[in-house]
Amino acid sequence: MTDAPRPIIQIQNVSKRFGKVTAVDNVSLDIMAGEFFVLLGPSGCGKTTLLRMIAGFELPTEGHILIDGQDMAGIPPNKRPVNMVFQSYAVFPHMSVADNVAYGLKIAGVRGGEVKDRVAEALELVKLGGFEDRMPDQMSGGQRQRVALARSLIMRPKVLLLDEPLSALDAKLRAQMQFELADLQDQVGITFVTVTHDQDEALSMASRIAVINKGDVAQLAGPSDLYEYPANRFVADFVGSVNIFEGKLTLDEPDRAAVDCPGLGRVYLNHGVTGPHGADVWVALRPEKIYLHVPGEGKAVRAAAQDAPEGHNFARGTIKGMSYLGDITLYDIELESGARLRVSRPNLSRHDQEDFTWDDKVSMHWRADSPVVLLG
Amino acid sequence: MAIFSRTPRAPLEYSRTLWMRLWVGAVMVFLYAPLVVLMIFSFNDSKRNVVWRGFTLKYYDKALGNDVLVEALVNSLTIAALATLISLILGAVAAVMLWRFRFPLKGAVDGTISLPIIVPEICMGVAFLIFFAKWLEWPTDLIWPFNLGAIIIAHITFCFPFVTMVVRSRLATFNREQEEAAKDLGAGEWAVFRDVLIPHMRPALIAGALLSFTLSLDDFVITYFTSGPDTITFPVKVYSMVRFSVTPEVNAASTLLILLTILLTAVALKLQGVKAIAETH
Repeated sequence: MTDAPRPIIQIQNVSKRFGKVTAVDNVSLDIMAGEFFVLLGPSGCGKTTLLRMIAGFELPTEGHILIDGQDMAGIPPNKRPVNMVFQSYAVFPHMSVADNVAYGLKIAGVRGGEVKDRVAEALELVKLGGFEDRMPDQMSGGQRQRVALARSLIMRPKVLLLDEPLSALDAKLRAQMQFELADLQDQVGITFVTVTHDQDEALSMASRIAVINKGDVAQLAGPSDLYEYPANRFVADFVGSVNIFEGKLTLDEPDRAAVDCPGLGRVYLNHGVTGPHGADVWVALRPEKIYLHVPGEGKAVRAAAQDAPEGHNFARGTIKGMSYLGDITLYDIELESGARLRVSRPNLSRHDQEDFTWDDKVSMHWRADSPVVLLG
Repeated sequence: MAIFSRTPRAPLEYSRTLWMRLWVGAVMVFLYAPLVVLMIFSFNDSKRNVVWRGFTLKYYDKALGNDVLVEALVNSLTIAALATLISLILGAVAAVMLWRFRFPLKGAVDGTISLPIIVPEICMGVAFLIFFAKWLEWPTDLIWPFNLGAIIIAHITFCFPFVTMVVRSRLATFNREQEEAAKDLGAGEWAVFRDVLIPHMRPALIAGALLSFTLSLDDFVITYFTSGPDTITFPVKVYSMVRFSVTPEVNAASTLLILLTILLTAVALKLQGVKAIAETH
């Protein structure tokens, strides 16, 4: 892995139309060898269509898909150097685990001891060693998924495609599989391309994420960049939860900026935005980046003043709703302007959630590097 | 209510109510009593069926010694076996075609394919009579088993729609991702069909075969019209015997047939497992 990143999949100006519906709209993407790449988007955004075009189950209306430098036009799914784990797993119900896993090898004409060895190896990889003789209906959903994984990995594909791999698992198992998939990818070194609508899944597993909206790539970035520096309102809103306020850019210098938001007041930033003066922009503020204070504003104002040279990022409001989630508590706060603000607060001690309750007057502040100014 | 166990009856446990048990009992009696009586009286040592005169096996001897009856039985089994085999292939192919492909006049084919199920048998019988005898002038003096050709063709006509129906309802539950998974692993169209689709259809194929076999075996009306003067099948022979008198010999032959059907069904169920066949509903 000393070379510069080499694109293993190149998607070049690919569009897919079903009748009048455009599922994928002129997408260009390079997926690098060894990456854990995630296509993230709401249902119906075209991410699964994109995946199925890589696998060969759908043909692009326009554009080209190259796998390892080779144009895939006219190459059917059974001749492509990629394998797919389906959303329903599609484990063959009438075959034992070993026969399922060996299926691709048998089609490829591999015979004898090699099949047995590779099946054992693949099952070991997905932690299903010793399950060779089980039938799929004797296994749990999570185990069937592992069979599907082994069945694909045994083919040693250049790219493994996973369609919503964790959507059918319960929350605990999903969290565990997120780690296992990432580990597995590390271990086998195959490029993984995963489709999901679940942002947690994407953030936890991916090396890079393409957020897809209405058939187009809304942003392509690593997990933390995507979360902390969303490029537009769609990404800010879809990845994580966020408060978005409309405003006008009134101050924009290299080291500071300010946005006047009717809903939130004046928001100060400690960096420049490089947008046209007076432009309509949006300010995105994550709930966990807002500090909550009991009334008696002195403390909040002092805290806000510490890092906002031009003014204080400060607001007042009333708690209108709260939901206790164990690790954090979410507060729905009505600002003096009437706008709503979502604030989350970690419950650092056992009684933290008792600090605030319904109809309490509260003060809030946030740091000047927390808000993100969005131009689109 | 002492006949029930001590736990109180749950609202939906109708099987534990007295009236439901009586009803089920009555249904069982009406369904099976005639068959049981038929079987018992096959052992009756009397020329007539009405009075019990003691146990004997001689009518089994007589039935098996009746050359015409045995010939009729062999004919019936041959017809049923061949008609089932061809119906199975034809029916399954039709089902896959209707499920998988779009082609011109598909709606019309879909509509007419099950027509033989709803057309009254007597109409089919007359139609076949005219078709084979008058229109096609089908020869009646062929050697066995070719003399059964007309009957077999007629039987296939009303058997294969049943196969198509059963197989189609099974195909409706097929997860297309399995087909894609097979292709993804390198399988071509034929390998997908062999390794994924046929195993999925298997319980429906067995159910369809059982249906075809029994339908063909006991068909009277259509067979009566299509059989030539020298060809005789089991139901037709039994009918002609009963016209004179219902002797225990008829009972014995019928009992053998019932046992044979039960045996075949049991083998089929054993082959596939009852559960899988029940799944095809």
